[in-house]
Parts: sequence; structure tokens; C-alpha cells
Amino acid sequence: MSPEELEIQSEPLNPDAEEISLETPTDDLHRVVPAIEFREVELFFDDRIILDKISFTVRRGETKVVLGGSGGGKSTIIKLILGLLKPDSGQIFIDGEDITEFDEIDLMRIRRKIGMVFQEGALFDSLSVYENVAYRLHEEGVPEEEVEHEVKRMLRFVNLEDAIDKMPVELSGGMRRRVGIARALIGNPSIILFDEPTAGLDPPTARTICELAIKLRDLEDASSIFVTHEMNNLEYLSSEYAVIDEHGDVQFEQEGEKLCLINTEVLMLRNGEIIFSGKEDELKCAPDPYIMKFIRGK
Amino acid sequence: MNLLKKFILELQEISFLVWRALIGLRKKPRYLPEIIRQMDLIGVGSLAIIILTGFFTGGVLILQTYPTLAYYGGQSEAGRAVATSLIRELGPVLTALMVAGRVGSAISAELGSMVVSQQIDAMRALGTSPTRKLVTPRIIALITMLPLLTVAADVFGIIGGGIVAKQIFGLDNSLYLTSVRNGVTIQDLIGGVIKPIFFALIIGVIACHKGLKTEGGTVGVGKSTTSAVVLASIYVIIADFFVSKLLTVIFGTSTL
Ligand SMILES: Nc1ncnc2c1ncn2[C@@H]1O[C@H](COP(=O)(O)OP(=O)(O)O)[C@@H](O)[C@H]1O
Ligand SMILES: [Mg+2]
Repeated sequence: MSPEELEIQSEPLNPDAEEISLETPTDDLHRVVPAIEFREVELFFDDRIILDKISFTVRRGETKVVLGGSGGGKSTIIKLILGLLKPDSGQIFIDGEDITEFDEIDLMRIRRKIGMVFQEGALFDSLSVYENVAYRLHEEGVPEEEVEHEVKRMLRFVNLEDAIDKMPVELSGGMRRRVGIARALIGNPSIILFDEPTAGLDPPTARTICELAIKLRDLEDASSIFVTHEMNNLEYLSSEYAVIDEHGDVQFEQEGEKLCLINTEVLMLRNGEIIFSGKEDELKCAPDPYIMKFIRGK
Repeated sequence: MNLLKKFILELQEISFLVWRALIGLRKKPRYLPEIIRQMDLIGVGSLAIIILTGFFTGGVLILQTYPTLAYYGGQSEAGRAVATSLIRELGPVLTALMVAGRVGSAISAELGSMVVSQQIDAMRALGTSPTRKLVTPRIIALITMLPLLTVAADVFGIIGGGIVAKQIFGLDNSLYLTSVRNGVTIQDLIGGVIKPIFFALIIGVIACHKGLKTEGGTVGVGKSTTSAVVLASIYVIIADFFVSKLLTVIFGTSTL
């Protein structure tokens, strides 16, 4: 990514930013092509079926909340998007490109567009917070002053400017997760994948993580997949939106008064099959006993 | 049958790993600082135990062979006996075994815990090839450091032998050194440095492969570490036979 591009994208509130960094000629066409698309994706481990002909799309600017118990195949879907695993059949499209047959070199180009937040943060133990967040830029050989500027901007975004010189072992679980988010966001990826980013965190910290995801969706126009098995995460993501008030501060408003959220959908997985796909309120009315049990916990 | 299939599959994976590690050398970025850091960790870090190993091995060689040599009236050849067996066999093999234990286990455990904590996935997701960033520097560092460590073991083994010969058997130092000098051929020296290059490749590849293949959480890290050390040690000993044979074919049979 060129320095100019970084500069332009680093103005989160500039509505023109998206347009300037477009790769396709017209904005309309660009938005029609889904950010992520799965077509009949099938995956086996040994002889066990892990994903059974999964199809779904994530539109640009949309957040797809993926629900499901453990072992349902949620992390597997995320690994497939990154090309860390290959499907046994079916196709996966990222920004309209079929990545199914891509080799590591082409995948590296795709991965540059994707930010990944891992379950436990997956920070590099041997690197400081600064080096962790800077990792991608260092690998790309970006000049150090620019790296520093970006790292500080990202750490400000996740509210962790003080931790810049710490090592990962010195951080709490929530801080690790936030450093993981900062690391994923550097280089301004257009697609962000969250794998259970709130698992094992206390409710207020989990809430901050959800707020970050909402901010990315509403203020940065990112497409994302948010894997979780906690219902209140879904509640936040599908009922609140982020706006900038007159002082330039971010505010979270409830759905209903001014706006109805159309850019958040739910996907529910069970044993490698999609058992629900739609809006959150539809999920609450779904007759499936597994879904009811999942929502109410009994 | 199943076992054979597994073995062949594993061999194939290892060959791929070696291939990609070699390709990693050709392309940029080359991660030079990482190579130097690994050289320091592997080479300088192992020096103390290698010197101790060499020293006492040389000592015990004299301790065991001197009486026999003396029985046949050949005590003046004690230096030659120690030097040839050290430089040809014991130096390379013992050094490789010590390094397999110390460095092989560390590499496998480090990579293994990176796998289970998803750091390897994170690395790939962030656009870096773990082979190029982690495997290549470690193998390069091993290939350069193991021959040097072997030379250190040889030298301190000969010194250890000399000290034992003097202190316990009263053998004159200059006599000992002359016999060392007469005994060692240039072929021995070359062979003694070629062997560790093979051993380094074996240790590095097996440790990295086992580490990167770790499955099943922290228990898995323990398992892959153990099997890395065991396999690397066994393969070093097996390879020693074949490399020795190869060297005698190339240099012709050397006489003691
Ligand atoms: N490397 C692997 N080898 C074999 N089975 C695996 C592997 N990774 C995941 N699985 C299996 O795939 C299924 C889905 O796993 P995963 O996608 O991690 O589930 P989730 O993230 O929804 O908890 C699980 O049943 C798991 O046991
Ligand atoms: Mg998971």
C-alpha cells in the first residue's frame, strides 16, 4: 500500500476516502460485489464433515454475526477466508476474486485486505506491543516514522496508548485482545474477521470490544465477520450504531429513533450446517428448538 | 502399511519444508537479524556444554585406551588415538546429540507453542511466510554453528586428553601433541566438518517440522518436543554411518 493511500484512509471520517481508494471504476459496481462469498463450501477433516455445503455472502459494509456452539465450524470458516485452509469442494470469493485455487503468493495479496482478530489475541510473545501492532508494516518495509504514526493512531483507536512499550505477558486478557485488534487494523484492511473476541472477558471489557466492532462498521465502512457465542454481543451489534457528535466524539445510539440497522445480519451454525440466516429479530422468533435453547440458554 | 504410508507422507512434508526453506533464502526479505540472533542463541549459547562434553570425552578416551596402548608398548601413540576418534566420530556425533537435545528441543517447543497459541496463523494472516521467517534462519544458523561447535569439541577434547595423559599417566605433553599432529590427516579434518553440516540439517529440519506440526494444545507441545529430540538423535546416528561410508568412498579408506 502506498503512503498516499495510507494517508487518505487514515482520515476515518472523510466520506470520500472510500471512493478514492476504490479499485473498481464505479462506486455502484464496487458495492454490488460482495466482500466475502461462500458457494457450496465443503470441508472434511479425515472423514468427518466439518462444513457441509455452506453458502453465504457478506456485503460491503456489512457485519455478519456468526453464532453457534463450540465445534460448529466457526473458526474453520474464518481460516478458509484467510486461505489458511483449503475447502474440499466449493468456492470462496473475496472482493469478487475466486481464492479457492490461489497459491501462497496470491493469498498474501488477498490477506493484505483482511484484518484478523484471533480468539486469544495470538500476539507474538517475543515482540513488544509496538512491534506487534507494527508487524505488518515492518514486513512491508514501510519507513519507521510512518510506522510509528500509524501504530500510535491504531493504539489510540483501541484506547491503549499507554501500553505501547509493554510486552504481551504484561497485559490483561482484554488488553491483549485490543492489541490484537490494533494489529489487525493496521494497513486499513477492508475486511475484518473477529474470532470470539470477547470470550473469557468481563462484561464491560467485552462491551468495549463490541463498540470497536460497531465503530469499524459505522465509521470506517468495514465488512466484517464477528464470531461469538455470547448473546449480548449480538444484542449490541444489532441494536446500536456509532455516530460522531458535534464535538467529534464517538457516541453510541440505540436503533429505532432515527435509524434502523440494515447492515448487521446473523448466521447460525450447527455441526457444519447453517441453520439460520437473517436479521436478529427474526432469530428471536425462529421456531427451531436448538436456536431457542441457544438464545435463552435452556 | 498404514505406518509406511504415514512415514512416506511425513518424508514428503519434510522435503517440502526443506525446499521452501531453501527458496526462502533466495527471496527477500531475508531476515538477517533473525539469522544472527539464532546464531548467537545456538552457537554461543551451546558453547559451554560443548566444551565440557569435548573435554571430558577426550579425558575418558585417554583413561580407557592408555593402559591398552601401554600394554602393547604404544603409549606414545595415545594422542593419535584420541585425536582421530574425536575428529572422525565422537566430536561430530556428540556435539550433534548435545545440540539436538538443547537446541532441537528449544526450536520445536518454541514453534509448537506458537502453533497452539495461533501465532503461526497470525503470522500467515499478516502476510509472512513462517517458513521463511522462522525455519530458514534457524536452519542457516545451525548449519553454520554446528561445524564450529564441533571444532570446539575436538580441540577441547584433545586438550582434555592431554591433561589426563599428563596428570594420570605422566605422558609428556610434547610427545602427546606430536602424535596428535601425526595422526590427523587432512581428510579427517574435512570429514569432521562435513558431517556436522548434514547433522545440522537433520536437527533443524526435524525440529522445525515437528514444532510446526504440533497439535492438541500444550500437551501436544511436549509430545512434539520429545519426538523432535528422539528422532533427530536417531537420525544423526544413522546418518553418521552413511556419511562416514560416503567419506571413505570419496577419500579412500584411511588407515589408523
Ligand atoms: N486441525 C484439525 N484437525 C481435525 N479436526 C479439526 C481441526 N480443526 C478443527 N477440527 C474440528 O472441526 C470442527 C470445527 O472446529 P472449529 O471451526 O474450530 O469450531 P468452532 O470455532 O465453531 O468452535 C470441530 O469439531 C473440530 O474438532
Ligand atoms: Mg473457534
